[in-house]
Amino acid sequence: MKNKIINDFSITVGTSNGSGSQTSNLTILRALFKMGIPVTGKNMFPSNIQGLPTWYTIRLSKEGYTASRDEHEIVVAMNPNSFERDLNDVISGGVFFYDNSIKMPIERDDITVYPMDVKNIVKDAEIPTNLRSMVANMVYVGIVAQVLGIEIEKIKMALDFHFKGKEKPVSINMGVIEASATWAAENLEKTDPFYIEPMNKTDGLILTNGNTAAALGSIYGGVQAVGWYPITPATSLVEMMNSYLPELRNTKDGKHTYAVIQAEDELAAVGIAIGAAFSGLRSMTSTSGPGISLMGEFVGLAYFSETPVVIWNIQRMGPSTGLPTRTSQGDLKQAMSLSHGDTKHIVLLPGTVKECFEFGWKALDMADRAQTPIMVLSDLDLGENQWMSEPFEYPDEPMDRGKLLWEEDFEAFEEKHGKWGRYRDVDGDGIPYRTVAGNRQISSAYFARGTGHDNFAKYSEDPDVWLETMDRLNLKYETVRHFVPDAIVDETNNANVGIIGFGSTDSAIEEARDLLAKTGLKTDYLRLRALPITETVKKFIRKHEKNYVVEMNRDGQLEEILRLEVPYSANTLFSSTLNNGLSLTAEWIKNDILAMEEKNHG
Amino acid sequence: MAKTNLIGLSKGDYKGAPTTLCQGCGHNSILSQIISACYEMDIAPEDLVKFSGIGCSSKAPTYMLERTFGFNSLHGRMPAIATGAMLGDTTLTGIAMSGDGDSVSIGMGQFKHIIRRNVPLAYIIANNGTYGLTKGQLSATSEAGLALKKQGINEFDAIDICIEAMASNATFVARSFAGDPKQVKTLIKAAMGHNGTAILDIISPCVTFNNQDSSRHSYAWGREHYSSLHDMTFIPARDEITIEDFEEGTSQDVTMHDGSIIRLKKLEKDYDPTDRMAAVQVLEEARAGNYLLTGLIYVDPDRPSLIDILNLTDTPLNRLTEKELRPGRETMQAINDAMF
Repeated sequence: MKNKIINDFSITVGTSNGSGSQTSNLTILRALFKMGIPVTGKNMFPSNIQGLPTWYTIRLSKEGYTASRDEHEIVVAMNPNSFERDLNDVISGGVFFYDNSIKMPIERDDITVYPMDVKNIVKDAEIPTNLRSMVANMVYVGIVAQVLGIEIEKIKMALDFHFKGKEKPVSINMGVIEASATWAAENLEKTDPFYIEPMNKTDGLILTNGNTAAALGSIYGGVQAVGWYPITPATSLVEMMNSYLPELRNTKDGKHTYAVIQAEDELAAVGIAIGAAFSGLRSMTSTSGPGISLMGEFVGLAYFSETPVVIWNIQRMGPSTGLPTRTSQGDLKQAMSLSHGDTKHIVLLPGTVKECFEFGWKALDMADRAQTPIMVLSDLDLGENQWMSEPFEYPDEPMDRGKLLWEEDFEAFEEKHGKWGRYRDVDGDGIPYRTVAGNRQISSAYFARGTGHDNFAKYSEDPDVWLETMDRLNLKYETVRHFVPDAIVDETNNANVGIIGFGSTDSAIEEARDLLAKTGLKTDYLRLRALPITETVKKFIRKHEKNYVVEMNRDGQLEEILRLEVPYSANTLFSSTLNNGLSLTAEWIKNDILAMEEKNHG
Repeated sequence: MAKTNLIGLSKGDYKGAPTTLCQGCGHNSILSQIISACYEMDIAPEDLVKFSGIGCSSKAPTYMLERTFGFNSLHGRMPAIATGAMLGDTTLTGIAMSGDGDSVSIGMGQFKHIIRRNVPLAYIIANNGTYGLTKGQLSATSEAGLALKKQGINEFDAIDICIEAMASNATFVARSFAGDPKQVKTLIKAAMGHNGTAILDIISPCVTFNNQDSSRHSYAWGREHYSSLHDMTFIPARDEITIEDFEEGTSQDVTMHDGSIIRLKKLEKDYDPTDRMAAVQVLEEARAGNYLLTGLIYVDPDRPSLIDILNLTDTPLNRLTEKELRPGRETMQAINDAMF
């Protein structure tokens, strides 16, 4: 008997898109989580409704690592169309479960092979014909559970959760799973070394995804108006809002404190949000690359008219339609300067599910405080895949509406500052006082416009007035630099080499640092959480001889931005990028950095 | 002392910056009718909100209602801004000003979709059949055969704004002519009283680029080919309705959502503006017969508006505070517990 491998491998299931396998995969994932084993689940799916191959990979890591890996120790093949590839994907010494109705040659003697009699197990389970194909995917749940050691009662808990306690679907699915487990016990002899054993490393954690977190964070941030248009992978954010809003935000008599409007396109989606913000509502939209491109025109208007709005970009692979179901960090530079002319935007960069919640409410505060669009960049991996997370934390600051004047505020304002003007900077921080439609104070109204305007919002083509406005917008940007979420720095190693990253690569970078340390290379780490960059970032760069900037885009967009911000330290910056649609693995980051290290020394 | 309305405001309280539009521009005439309508309806400028896109039509709101909040937005995108802005305080009355380029060229999509959502708003289109601000290009409402300086002859048929509105299932469709200020004013009042998107297509001649006698958007052509469906009177909800001496069957009252009444007196033939098929028919007849049909073409006062559908709080959304907007601390635990 080989050495046992416990709780440290990946299970990949290959199925056909639209076959209902998601329920089965989530059931395995959740059961493992309930067994106390650190897990992550990643969906690799085609841009398709039904039929094309799709994969779901669950990583179990007793160490708590959650990044993707390239190695597939356990593969479950349910789809004849991906059978050959699935078989080849199994690492030497790995395990291959397959639906034995697929009659294809298996010419590998370096792996353990378990055929699964899916058809007969389902037939014997006496399932109504119309449900058979759906429950067929539960067969592998039962067989994998039996062979590897997933506790059946944890599977039951997962199904109860999934079907919200509805007895009938739970019992039908459990019936198949139990029958399959029994079949496996009677017909398969375990010869592989992989074992799942209970741990206690998920106590107090929740299992969720970034889009759910962002939706909830926005709701706790008091979001009131959402304009949106369906797009992969951002749609689930608004869908989650729609499912939580009635419970969390209806009044006792059932009235709505919010409006969610599905627009005819992304132009209208962000336009509705900006219009709502003009009348004083906490407003947002959620979209992805192609939608962001369409929103450019309106974002310029919001920037120049100084209208607060939050724009979530759940990044997918571009350019153009690109790869709609693959992840990327390719929209960073676009987010910073979206729209024509001298625009500059604030960009928030959540790196964890918990931060998606936190930035959900903070972005709304920041938008009101800075009176400008706040771009929040998540991505498909963070937004739609399942991550373990600490529980969401209730906002620790009161809601911040920024410099907003109502009728009762006018007298005090004018006594202190003289006549109110929508764009008069009376505090010297570039941020003027704002009024909103509905304010009945006679002198509170103004005509918002995207054309040149003076401090009183009157149309102006005067060059000096133009310069004054643009300089003030710049000053505002500098003011905001002091209240964006600061970077998170780990300099405990006091190393010469720094790694800089942002967003969903966090888990892969942390794991890569451990791998690098094993090769003898100690690293410090800075995770950027917003643009413009803060003094912390400049200090970190200056402190390290070499800074490897890890990101998922072709050209090293963050590295380019940093070069401009710290020109005298630009020679310490090295770009480590891969943008193939898959989330980065720790192994790749380790190897890329080691290769650059070698070059730098050579 | 200046004459005042019932809320003690003079017409001057409704004015805007001095116009920079061309002298004789139909838009100026529309602006003064909007001002008169608001004044006569005793609506305070603070209870209004104005919107526009880009173009001569969309510059126009600068020249009225300077005590009113407004948004001069983007070319063709006013409907989205207005849709969002009308959510903040639903006690405001919205007036939108757009043009033929703004609404049925670049903005056709948004024009159709604001109608589909029935956002309560008087949506006025100053239709001059040309792009004035860019100096006289052909527009989507220019008639085939129109010859403009430098542009040559238009080869394409005109888009009929009212027919487009009907096709989009609008709840209020009217057409008027800047040369008939009385009718323009009455229709503006009716549009402002409508609980839904009220499309008002006003032929508004461009004296600089498109006012040749033969042009479908000129003063001369309009006067020559003018045809009104009815004589209209707008009776605000607060006025006691007295029976005027009219003959049985010659007049029809349409009661609007707010209780105001549009009294339509028959002219040549009977016309019922609540009859959808009749509306489409008169529009097609006017198009085929080549005349300027005006009046209240179609109205459905009872269809729910976007605001009705959204079921918002009675307190305007923009007056809600953290107490109403941030779920209580105790809910956080429940949310976390309900996660797996």
